[in-house]
Amino acid sequence: MIHDPATWLYPTAKGLYCAPGDFYIDPSRPVDRAVITHGHADHARPGNRSVMATRQTLDIMQVRYGERAGGCLQALNFGETITINGVNVGMAPAGHILGAAQVIVDWKGYRAVISGDYKRAIDPTCAGFEVVRCNLFITEATFGLPVFVHENAATEAARLVASLSASAHRTHLLGVYGLGKCQRMISLVRSAGYEKPIYLHGTLQGLCDYYASQGVNLGELRPFADQRPDDLRGELVLCPPSAIADRWSRRMSDPLTAFASGWMRVRARARQRDTEFPIVISDHADWPELLQTISDVEAGEIWVTHGREDALLHQVSTMGLKGRALALVGFEDEGE
Amino acid sequence: MQVFAELMNRLAFTSSRNAKLDLMQDYFRTTPDPDRGIALAVLTDGLGLRLPFRRLVTQLMEPHVDPVLYKLSRDYVGDTAETVSLLWPARKGEGPVPTLPEIHRTLKSLKRTDAGPVLSGWLDTLDANGRWALLKLVTGGLRIGVSARLAKTAIAQAFNHNVADVEEVWHGLSLPYENLFAWLEGRADKPDPGDTPVFRPVMLAHPLEGDDLAKLEPRDWVAEWKWDGIRVQLAGNGRELRLYSRTGDDISRSFPDISDGFQGFSGVADGELLVMRDDDIAPFSDLQQRLNRKNVSTAMMKNFPAHIRFYDLLFDRSEDIRASNLPTRRKRLEALLSAGKFTRASLSEVIGFESFDELTILRDGAREANIEGLMLKHIASAYLAGRPRGYWFKWKRDALTADCVLMYAQRGSGKRSSFYSDYTFGAWRTGENGQNELVPVGKAYSGFTDDELKRLDRFVRDNTVERFGPVRAVTQELVFEVAFDAVQPSSRHKSGIAMRFPRIHRIRWDKPANEADRLDTLLTFIAR
Repeated sequence: MIHDPATWLYPTAKGLYCAPGDFYIDPSRPVDRAVITHGHADHARPGNRSVMATRQTLDIMQVRYGERAGGCLQALNFGETITINGVNVGMAPAGHILGAAQVIVDWKGYRAVISGDYKRAIDPTCAGFEVVRCNLFITEATFGLPVFVHENAATEAARLVASLSASAHRTHLLGVYGLGKCQRMISLVRSAGYEKPIYLHGTLQGLCDYYASQGVNLGELRPFADQRPDDLRGELVLCPPSAIADRWSRRMSDPLTAFASGWMRVRARARQRDTEFPIVISDHADWPELLQTISDVEAGEIWVTHGREDALLHQVSTMGLKGRALALVGFEDEGE
Repeated sequence: MQVFAELMNRLAFTSSRNAKLDLMQDYFRTTPDPDRGIALAVLTDGLGLRLPFRRLVTQLMEPHVDPVLYKLSRDYVGDTAETVSLLWPARKGEGPVPTLPEIHRTLKSLKRTDAGPVLSGWLDTLDANGRWALLKLVTGGLRIGVSARLAKTAIAQAFNHNVADVEEVWHGLSLPYENLFAWLEGRADKPDPGDTPVFRPVMLAHPLEGDDLAKLEPRDWVAEWKWDGIRVQLAGNGRELRLYSRTGDDISRSFPDISDGFQGFSGVADGELLVMRDDDIAPFSDLQQRLNRKNVSTAMMKNFPAHIRFYDLLFDRSEDIRASNLPTRRKRLEALLSAGKFTRASLSEVIGFESFDELTILRDGAREANIEGLMLKHIASAYLAGRPRGYWFKWKRDALTADCVLMYAQRGSGKRSSFYSDYTFGAWRTGENGQNELVPVGKAYSGFTDDELKRLDRFVRDNTVERFGPVRAVTQELVFEVAFDAVQPSSRHKSGIAMRFPRIHRIRWDKPANEADRLDTLLTFIAR
């Protein structure tokens, strides 16, 4: 029984459920006991009675949800283990965003690792992915097609910095998600030698302040709202992706719109975004990283959650492993 | 190749014309010969390479990727060249990146059997964007939104010249255009095309508006019909013959029947390309069958025979007569045409008139006669390049109108990039289930003021029912009075029709959508 993990760890309407431990991992609806991999809204939802996550994930949930972050918040940091109803639960870095963890579940000698979202590329804004050998590895497949090979992030950031001086008469408007991508992009352009102030759309400020408090160097950040749009020619402005298409962006005359995402690898997707300057940087594993990880963890069984699971399951079977598509509700494979 | 690949990539993602010109100008100013000349040929579609791409791709990809994964990838990406560029195993740094001249030299003399190994050797040296650019270059279909005209404009502007001057010499030049760049940079004289039948910039007309007519003296003006074809220039030196579009594209290859019909022609003449059966001008949609074809079948030439209706002469044999007045040029044109045995040629009739009232009556009957309208040309006008004011007027027939319902809106580009400014509208028909449904009949992005645009944008945002990338479907309730020149049958559109020159004439905020026009009404507008 134990060796068929599907008998004690399975998807339900509320999310992935560990029956002997009586807890859910990244539930899509409020539950009594939730273990959360990381702070993105499709994984960390408000309103659970008790929440277990890394200290940083709990902090992020409080920045975002305040009182609604959860009834009882319990921190479980990387390397620590706790026992819930006889099930040992641990956390290992996932390399996705600040605080992002893989959840390690040990029950009666069988180990399952729920990776949440992860990447293997170096990212100075969070702890790097740690390989945890296991019997069952549950992986995402956001970029589960061999066409997705992300560019080297430092090279892509250098292109953006070069454009800021080559097209110095245009405001560079970079669309980023508020948690993770925003801070990583700032950190990357800083490493590429960009020292001028960076201007932020109001919704991005809170989490940038939190990253800075955790020792991530973001340099000088200024609120966009205080500026005259004409003074921002040749400057870098960050905003959520939706703001580029929204009336908000009209304040700038002829901005150069950039967007940083793994989806930018494919031209049709970049065109759908009307992006003039696509940047292929992602916080998710690309195809080679997915395959590398599946081979590194040495698991006999691979479950695939959200994304392009057809191709990845096909690959898993040609690798001689047992694969299964986990139909989990509530995850966004588009958001990145 | 790396620099050119970066240019191609930036162009592919840039929608604003000015930003495209900036990118190209920067490239042509900073890239040395002969690389930039080859790039210019690629951008103006002059490299003339056609490899058997599909077969090559299968050969090349087979050893590298599982067929199931290839198919899933191709389906997702939607473009074979791009899929290959992304799936190609990264071995960047395997040897030096090929230069554009090297690629061009190799491909020119390449045996088909060697194409695979040569191409895969190059792919190994490039990154994903470089591989994409290379594959697009060898297959010919760039699709980066740059016309030959735009590329020529870029080189002219890069060195402070006029694009008309570039057009004048363009067709006498050859790869890699070193003498062109030398002249543009002021290092050499303007290239002399000799007696090569090059393109000469055409003279364009202004629309006749408002009270223009009241200011004109009838005696000073010559009237002609405005023919509904495409403007062409025929240039020959007695041995060689070329047919140019009004923007200077050489379209001779699509019209071998014209080349046959004008053997021995010497001069440069201006006229309208039409499809003619016996003495009848066929509708514009018939002419469209003949446009943009690389290969023309005998059946195609038989069913859609091409013909030129001439109205002006720029060169009589090798003599430049552009400075002469209109009646002089006209006489020379008549003499030149009657001297040769040219089939497929006719003269554009001069319409005699005493007063503009007579012309107004003729113009009002133009639609009935399947004619686009009238042209008015000043009798003393020389043949001037561009669109000089006050010499030539076009006086089009009145537009048709129909009430249509807004169905989809798309964000514009450049100044309008955050506005929903491109509108697809539909007309009613009875659907398969017997219910009324809208079917798209056209798309327009002009005819409204900036204030109306703001209000339309707000309407779209407040009434969105579905999103598809940059496109939004809206509640079907807003009626546009759409003005258009004509309706043509079209097998490419779901409605079976295509509108010519549609624009938003009025926004009918007041009109209920169910009172908009039906598709059947639009079908009756199709020219017989």
